[in-house]
Amino acid sequence: MDLPESLRYTRDHEWVRAEDGEAVVGITAYAAEELGDVVFVELPEIGRKLTRDETFGVIESVKTASDLFAPVAGEVVAINDALGDDPELVNSEPYEGGWMVRLRLDDPAAADALMDAAAYRESVGG
Amino acid sequence: MLAALGLDSVEQLFDDIPESVRARDLDLPEPRSELTLSHDLAALAARNRVDLASFLGAGVYQHYIPAAVDTVLSRGEFYTAYTPYQPEISQGTLQTIYEFQSLIAELVGLPVVSASHYDGASATAEAALMTVRATRRDRVLISRAVHPHYVETTRTYFAAGTRELEELPTRADGTTDLAALESALADTDRPVAGVILGQPNAFGLLDPMAEAARLAHAAGALFVAVVEPVSLAVLAPPGEYGADIAAGEGQPLGIAPQYGGPYLGLLACSQKLLRQIPGRLVGRTEDLDGRRAFVMTLRAREQDIRRDKAASNICTNQALCALAATAYLATVGPHGLHDVAAAGAAAAGRLEAALADAGIERVHAAPYLNEFAIRVPDAAAVHAQLLDEGVLAGLPLARWYPDDPDLADALLVCATELTTAEDIDRLVGGLGEAIA
Repeated sequence: MDLPESLRYTRDHEWVRAEDGEAVVGITAYAAEELGDVVFVELPEIGRKLTRDETFGVIESVKTASDLFAPVAGEVVAINDALGDDPELVNSEPYEGGWMVRLRLDDPAAADALMDAAAYRESVGG
Repeated sequence: MLAALGLDSVEQLFDDIPESVRARDLDLPEPRSELTLSHDLAALAARNRVDLASFLGAGVYQHYIPAAVDTVLSRGEFYTAYTPYQPEISQGTLQTIYEFQSLIAELVGLPVVSASHYDGASATAEAALMTVRATRRDRVLISRAVHPHYVETTRTYFAAGTRELEELPTRADGTTDLAALESALADTDRPVAGVILGQPNAFGLLDPMAEAARLAHAAGALFVAVVEPVSLAVLAPPGEYGADIAAGEGQPLGIAPQYGGPYLGLLACSQKLLRQIPGRLVGRTEDLDGRRAFVMTLRAREQDIRRDKAASNICTNQALCALAATAYLATVGPHGLHDVAAAGAAAAGRLEAALADAGIERVHAAPYLNEFAIRVPDAAAVHAQLLDEGVLAGLPLARWYPDDPDLADALLVCATELTTAEDIDRLVGGLGEAIA
C-alpha cells in the first residue's frame, strides 16, 4: 500500500501534509482504490473556516458519493481547481496532483495528533 | 417461510407497529358483479359537471390537448406511470425524458432540467431546499403571491430543523413588495439563501422578476422563479432575468385538469447548481460501438446511493405526465405554444372589458397575462349561485387568503384559448344579475 511516511492520516482515509502552519489535504490511495473511478470532487470556497470533522466537500465516483471531512481546523486558503477538469487525478496521483484543499491551521501543531503511516496501515488492516 | 424467519405467525411481522395505529376491520361493502359495479360507477361519474363554462385557473389551466398526445401516451411501451429503475434497457423512455428535459430547458432558458417531480408545489419546495444547500444559509423569503399551496408545502419541508421560511408581503397593486424584500435582505445577521417569486403570481399578475433577482444576488442569495410554462411562450424566460432556479407546474402542457393530479413538477437550474438539483437526470452519450445512447446520470446524488446525504428524499419522476408534456410541446411547437398563450391573453382582455362594462372592476392595478382578480360583493355566495347555473366563476380568493379583508370579495378568474364569447356572456350576465 502506497502510504508516504511524511504524511499524517485519519480514520476517514484522508492524508494531511503539514507545512509552515498550513496543511494540504487529500484522500489516501486506499480510499481512492475503494471508491473506484472518481468523477467529481465538490470543493469549498476559499476563505471558508472549517472546524475539525466538518464536512467540506463531496467526492463522487461511478459507484458512490462520500463526504470529505476536515481532518484539522483551519481556513481554506486554496483549492485544487485542476480536479474540476481532471477528477481522475485523485485515482492516478492521490498524494500529488489529487490534493483537494490547503488550510491555514488554527493550531499549527494540530496535524501531529493524527496517525502516522504505520498506524493508518494497521487501521485499514494492511 | 415463517420457519425460515424464526416466527410463529404473520402477525409477528407487525409487532413494531403500535396497536393504536393499526388498521381496524375494513368497512367494505359486499362484493358486486361487474355489471352492477359498472352501473354504480357510471352513476358516480355522472355527478361530474362537464357542461360548465369554467373560468377557474388558480394554478391548473384548461387547454386544448391535441389527439396526438393521448395516442402517444396510450402506447403500451410507454403506458407505465413509473420511473424506470433498470433504466438503460428502456432506451425509448429515457429518450422521451431527455427530450422533455431539452424542451423545458429551452422554455425556461436554463441548461439543467430534472426528469420531473410530483407537482409544482414539491418542485418549489425542492427549489427552496436547493438554495439552502448551495448557500449554506437557512433563511428563505417567499412572496405571499406564490401559489399558497406551494408556500404551504414548502413550509412543511421547512418545519423540521433550523431552516426559516418568511413570507414577503404584496403591495396594493398585487405585486410583491420589493421594498420589503430589500429590508429583509438587509438583515445581514440572518443572511438569505433564496428569494422565491411567482410569474405570473398567484393573482395572475406580472411580478418585477428582474429587479427582485438583482436584489437577491446583491445580497448573495439565489433567485427562484415559479413559472407557468405556457406563459413562457410570451413572457421572458427565467434564465433571461437572472433566475438561478425555475420551478413550476407542468399541467398546462397537455395534461387535463383532474382533481389533485397526477400533475408534473418542473425544476430547472443553472449549470453552477447542477450538483444540487434533486431527482433523476437523463443524459446522452455513446455506447461502445459509437451509437447514440441515453443514460440516467449523476445517480450518486440520489437517495438509493447517498442515503441521508442525498439531494432529496425523492428519487422518482412523473414519467407519464412528462411524456404528455413532451408530446404536447412537440405537437404544438414554439409557434403553436405562442398562439395558445396569446389567445388566452386576448380572451382575458375581452373578459376584462366585458366585466368593466357590467360595472365589475379588477382588484389589482398591476398588468396580468390571462388571469386576474375581480371584486364581487358577497363573492362566495355569488360563486355558489353561478355554479348552480353552470358557470364556474373562478376561485373565491378568501379560500386562499381568509385573513385578508381586501380579498374577502374577490374572485380569481382566468381565460384560455378555450374561453368562448358565449362563456364570457354567461359569466358577465350571471354576475351582473347577482350583484344587481
